[in-house]
Amino acid sequence: MPRMTNTPEADADAQGPAAIRVEGLCKAFGRTPVLRSLSLEVRWGEVLSVSGPNGAGKTTLIRVLAGLTRPDAGSIEVDGLPLSRMGSMARRLIGAVTHEPLLYDGLTVRENLRFTGRMFSLDRLDARVEAAADRLGVRPRLGDRVETLSHGLRKRVSIARALLHEPSILLMDEPETGLDRHALSLLESVVSGVAGSGGAVVMTTHNPAPTVGSERRMHLPAGGAAASPARGEASEEDVGAKP
Amino acid sequence: MSFLGPVLALMWKDVLLELRTRDFVVPVLVFSLMTIVVFSFAFEPTPRVIALVAPGVLWVAIVFGGVVGLARSFSQEKDHGNLTGLMLAPVSRDTIYFGKMLACFVFMTLVEVVVLPVFIVLYDVADAAAELVPIALLTTLGIAAVGTLFSAIAVNTRAREVMLPILFFPVAVPLIVAAVEASSLSLGAAQSVEAWQWIGLLAVFDAVFLVVCPVAFVAVVED
Repeated sequence: MPRMTNTPEADADAQGPAAIRVEGLCKAFGRTPVLRSLSLEVRWGEVLSVSGPNGAGKTTLIRVLAGLTRPDAGSIEVDGLPLSRMGSMARRLIGAVTHEPLLYDGLTVRENLRFTGRMFSLDRLDARVEAAADRLGVRPRLGDRVETLSHGLRKRVSIARALLHEPSILLMDEPETGLDRHALSLLESVVSGVAGSGGAVVMTTHNPAPTVGSERRMHLPAGGAAASPARGEASEEDVGAKP
Repeated sequence: MSFLGPVLALMWKDVLLELRTRDFVVPVLVFSLMTIVVFSFAFEPTPRVIALVAPGVLWVAIVFGGVVGLARSFSQEKDHGNLTGLMLAPVSRDTIYFGKMLACFVFMTLVEVVVLPVFIVLYDVADAAAELVPIALLTTLGIAAVGTLFSAIAVNTRAREVMLPILFFPVAVPLIVAAVEASSLSLGAAQSVEAWQWIGLLAVFDAVFLVVCPVAFVAVVED
């Protein structure tokens, strides 16, 4: 389990494992390279926002970090656990929000969340479901089937699903898509909450403005990254890094 | 609990969805019943003819019908990206396989609970009813084991409905042959001493498939 510290500096002082450490990550689809020798480190308490044009590999990066796509080369550690060998343990630390809501249309919101909880073998399931639904403002819709929800509400439920097991690391692929202002503020509080409690957040975005006030930003160029700055290294793309 | 809990959760989720959509059981049931009924009018129902032909009719109806349902098994996971959701759970990939396989087994068994009595009545083979039950259970387990794997493979192809039978039947042929032979023996067309050899063979096929298919499934779903 990650050591929950209040600030990245405190964590760095303790010299513990980073939340996420990526070295030499390469991924190609066919002959098309998507990620090239990407290295990065995300520390506890940090929010990393990844931007870039379409096809830059943002979604692939999230999928690789979540253990959904196997990289061609390179290593990934989640809280010091090598993802390639200890993926099951690492996935317990990770909550992921993808483009697709990962919900079953024919089930109610409550049934979807309970199913996720049972796949994670969670205790106090009903309390967790209601807490996650509360956090995203979907508690009144717990009894509704997902097929009756709007795109934005599905997205909120999808985020609630990712938070159900109280992950230390939150990976989100363009989470603001389809969300209204109120939902965006809920998203911001979720991101701030995870980072503020010592967790880590990696999210992709097309939004030039920071989603939360204190995030580190990384730009993936088209055609994959040749190299990326690790935390603390100077970069033109690093804006709003945590003090 | 860390293995069985998610397996049962996955199976229960499929049962819940099936209760609402009836995507699996109803098409398989209709296909199987129609096949059995149509064939019952196709030949003279003498004991000798029934013993020779009826086992083939029964397993053509169940296996071909089963393929219709198996095609749906992973399409509901793929269509909305839900396989991704399953892959994010902190469980081994074969947990997903066994959950889906168990659901297929339950659905096909439900179909057989209706089809077998209809078959027994239409073909007047009540004497063989007790022997048909273990044959049906073992064959269904094998079909579910192989079918779940190939459903996961076929769902990633463009012509998934066509691809599934092409992939499934060559591998399932030994299972189907064993089921037909065992059923034929139980209906009295051959020496009953051989019946248990075929039933034993069915059990061996099941054991092999239940070891090999989860391993292959992990390779299929891993990118």
